[in-house]
Amino acid sequence: MSHLQIAATLGAIILLLIVLELVRRRRLLERYALVWLAVGVALVVLGAWRGLLSTLSDTIGVAAPPNALFAIGLGFLILLVLNFSVAVSRLTDQSKVLAQRLALLEERLSRQERRGAAGAEPDPEHEPLSS
Amino acid sequence: MSRRSANLIVVPAYNESATIADVLAAIRAAAPRWDIVVVDDGSTDNTAAIADAAGVAVLRLPFNLGIGGAVQAGFTYARERGYERMAQIDGDGQHDATQLARLEAAMEASHEVDMVCGSRFLTDEHHYPAPISRRTGIHIFAFLLSRLVGQRITDPTSGFRLYNRRAIRLFAGDYPHDYPEVEAVLMLHHHSLRMQEVPVRMLARGGGASSITSGKSAYYMIKVLLALFVGLFRARPVPEPGDAAPVSAKAGI
Repeated sequence: MSHLQIAATLGAIILLLIVLELVRRRRLLERYALVWLAVGVALVVLGAWRGLLSTLSDTIGVAAPPNALFAIGLGFLILLVLNFSVAVSRLTDQSKVLAQRLALLEERLSRQERRGAAGAEPDPEHEPLSS
Repeated sequence: MSRRSANLIVVPAYNESATIADVLAAIRAAAPRWDIVVVDDGSTDNTAAIADAAGVAVLRLPFNLGIGGAVQAGFTYARERGYERMAQIDGDGQHDATQLARLEAAMEASHEVDMVCGSRFLTDEHHYPAPISRRTGIHIFAFLLSRLVGQRITDPTSGFRLYNRRAIRLFAGDYPHDYPEVEAVLMLHHHSLRMQEVPVRMLARGGGASSITSGKSAYYMIKVLLALFVGLFRARPVPEPGDAAPVSAKAGI
């Protein structure tokens, strides 16, 4: 193993450990950790197994193996960021619904509190609307 | 705010403390039999307090959702409390509450109509005070939308609208996030609901700032165009029981 290979493999292993530690501290959900674990494992394999990257770059017709690694890495990152945009969109939608539910509940609560303070009889507004 | 009629007016308001009291008074005067709910879209001024003092129901959103999210809160409120009809009148004083009767009359005239939309451009009696750039944008949307839904639409960005129960249910479940009006027309079409435009007079804004500033208008155009384009490829919903037959079935295609 060359020094470079050792460094790359070590770096990948450190990434894996960081991800695992984040999961252990519940700072990173398993759902999002899985994809990072896959990245870490792939990097460890590519770093340790010298022949693999060369074979891979030959197969897809890239002259220099490092360029193949960059291309694959870039494509992977794009997918990952897209995945996060999807997650953010979902969270935006969920927080919108939560805000709306909260506003509806607060309105209902304040209406009932007013009625309670006025000492009135049960809320006629809870009767179904006759149409 | 005691219940109640079968009709609800939803007033979305974001930092409209300058106008909201006048708007509510005008609505009360023009439509005394309607219930009113103000949706305070995370205002940083005392819009909600003013509305509360006016004695109308207030939905306080904990943070700013944008006009789509605010109006959808109104749809959900209308659906949960069983209102037959819901009208949207913006809190900035642009919509003239006395014109609500025109929307109502159109809905009374035809029970097939699920949404009545007040249009600035169907009438000659009032010149709509808007910059030429905005009017051009509106007319581009009107042109595209008219072709997409196969019906003449003159004012797709107007938020002055009246909805029946079916439209309320649809939009309570799914309403576009921001700049919702144009997309909503397309959604209605996809769900085989009917809409109709009636001419209304609109007023110059009473105060506050339009949600569409010049800096945002490019984003607005692109966002709505994207929504229209993607909307074309969205799967058509399955008709629900009680729905009118799809247009294709009626036409015998």
